[in-house]
Amino acid sequence: MYSSEEYKEIEKKIFAGERLSREDGIKLFACKDIAWLGNMADYVRQQKCGDIVYYNVNCHVNLTNICTSKCKFCAFGRDKDDKGAYAMEVEDALALVRDASKDPNLAGLHVVSGLHSDWSFEDYLQRLQALHDEFPNLYLKGFTGVEITHFAKISGLSVEQVLRKLQQAGLQAIAGGGAEILSDRVRNELCPNKATAAQWLEVSRTAHKLGIKTNASMLYGHIETLEERVDHLLTLRDLQDETGGIQTFICFPFLPKHTELGKTVQQTSMWDDLRTIAISRLMLDNITNIKAYWVMLTVPVAQIALGFGANDIDGTIHKETILHDAGASSPTALSEDNIIKIIREAGRIPAACDCNFNILRTFAD
Amino acid sequence: MTKELILQAREKANASLRLNLQEALALYEDNDLLFLADCARRMKEKKSGRQVFYNVNKHINLTNICTSGCPLCAFQKKEGEPGGFVLEETDIAKILEEAKSTRNLGEIHIVSALHPDKPFEYYLNVVKQVRQALPQVDIKAFTPVEIVHFSQMTGKSIKEVLEILQKAGLSSLPGGGAEILSDRVREIICPKKATTAQWIETIKTAHKLGIRTNCTMMYGHIETIEERLQHLFTLRDIQDETGGFQAFVSFPFHPANTGLDYLKRVGSWEDMKMMALSRLILDNVDHIKAFWIMLTMPIAQLALGFGADDLDGTIGEEKIIHAAGANTGRGITRSKLRQLITEAGFEPVERDTFYHPVEAGEEVFK
Repeated sequence: MYSSEEYKEIEKKIFAGERLSREDGIKLFACKDIAWLGNMADYVRQQKCGDIVYYNVNCHVNLTNICTSKCKFCAFGRDKDDKGAYAMEVEDALALVRDASKDPNLAGLHVVSGLHSDWSFEDYLQRLQALHDEFPNLYLKGFTGVEITHFAKISGLSVEQVLRKLQQAGLQAIAGGGAEILSDRVRNELCPNKATAAQWLEVSRTAHKLGIKTNASMLYGHIETLEERVDHLLTLRDLQDETGGIQTFICFPFLPKHTELGKTVQQTSMWDDLRTIAISRLMLDNITNIKAYWVMLTVPVAQIALGFGANDIDGTIHKETILHDAGASSPTALSEDNIIKIIREAGRIPAACDCNFNILRTFAD
Repeated sequence: MTKELILQAREKANASLRLNLQEALALYEDNDLLFLADCARRMKEKKSGRQVFYNVNKHINLTNICTSGCPLCAFQKKEGEPGGFVLEETDIAKILEEAKSTRNLGEIHIVSALHPDKPFEYYLNVVKQVRQALPQVDIKAFTPVEIVHFSQMTGKSIKEVLEILQKAGLSSLPGGGAEILSDRVREIICPKKATTAQWIETIKTAHKLGIRTNCTMMYGHIETIEERLQHLFTLRDIQDETGGFQAFVSFPFHPANTGLDYLKRVGSWEDMKMMALSRLILDNVDHIKAFWIMLTMPIAQLALGFGADDLDGTIGEEKIIHAAGANTGRGITRSKLRQLITEAGFEPVERDTFYHPVEAGEEVFK
């Protein structure tokens, strides 16, 4: 299929279902033939996931944008006194979800927030509990490894104790953010004040042990090298070999607008976005689902990503704020009809799911 | 759609063999986007290797006041309607003065509306004016729809109209207004302008006079998939006969502000699928253009992996598609175009209207 001999070996491995090495991964990033890469990833997608594409009817709840960690790639975090800083009281969070739940198909919540300078772990827990009490039928996915590490630190509890409390308050799955690039070199430069690579991994590992599934992610297109992208994927693959608890992998292209880093870094191209998704699909042979997160990718790229190995397109969201602060040009919500149309045009079967990939409804024509 | 037919179509596409309509429909139904990309990429490489073309051009839209009232259009205004404009000689002189300072300007692209009062001489004088101001620049002007309109206004034949324009300095025709070459479709989306037969006659006449043209397709409105693919085969038949098409350009329909605004814009998946399918079907057309103004630049860049080998140009002020709500920028610098092409792993080649490579200067455009 590939015009040159150079990639024949890798192609053979892919068709034989063999695991790709670090060298293979690096070589894939040097590949100039995007159609071949897409084709390979699409082959693997078909083998692993068939023609179903998952989405969810969900609502994002970002409890606060006040954050102590000051990551250089972030346009969402604020100091307490900054203009635009907010922190939701219990009632504010409930009001947001009441509004979203006017949609009878709303299935769940995605709760991710800043590391508030004054809030205790109890403050977060209380909000989660209130959401769960009023909306017991909505699934609750929330808190990244970064937030959970922060909760352990401010409460003096162990990561395991924090996770157990969250689980008791209704948490069913953990969000995949905060992984960025799991390399201390990169993290020291970009986000020195938050969870280290080891801490992020420890949260996932502990959650998996408790039976809580997690997502995993990669933020790319900033200061990382292509080798570091490959190493990041391998780190996640190793963790998955160990625990099997990662449900879906999400690629986040860095959106430089309005961030400190944006002065020196250009936004990734669609080529880079699609090859990164394809290579992730090829390298992460033990993670079932690959998500094309339309908010970051934009809808046109996310749709085409369905041909580059993705089988999950995220959700309706209700009102996205974190990435729109960073100048995301996508809408802040998508209607379910729109999502179904996007998936169908790509010849796939739309399936609404909960946060643990249980199918709620499918639309096979 | 039988499995055998799909298999046969895939084999032919894979071997860069000529497809028939049934096979093209089978590939469309099969919907294997990356397979199509792979085949299209190989056919592109047979035609133009790793080269991707662009030019330094400038669009001039002379007027938006139009008698044809096509439901598909967001650009047109009726006479006297607010927002209507007509460029007069002095306006054009100003644009040309500015164009003179654009180093390496290779082409002026002129496409306009069917103005109720402006005589053929008005358009003819524009060509003369451009030719005089910019003697080295290629003038790509007037779609077959406009040429047919000129012929009707003057009582001259299409051939006469083209000869007069050619003598005044016209180099080529842009090939717009083809939409979908089906009378059923045209009756709904553009009932008052050139018919299928007239569009084809104009193109063939131009080719016979040695005037090369592009060819186009506007898809994603009320046409059936069969009509859409048949359109490509119609173009292929013309090309077999005359060989005068230089490039094919496809336009996804932008419904906003048109008489068909109840429709939804097709997705990027469909755009890439049509890009690859048109490369495969039009095996006798040298170049496939990804017109970034319509597609947005990210999608146009991606199209280079789906068989396109031309990113169009730097453009300057574009008005027609922006009237339909395109949210692309109105111009782009040469260095940015080159960077996008290089990033996609291709070799950027600056060209003139006729796809002759020209030396790219080092300077950056405003």
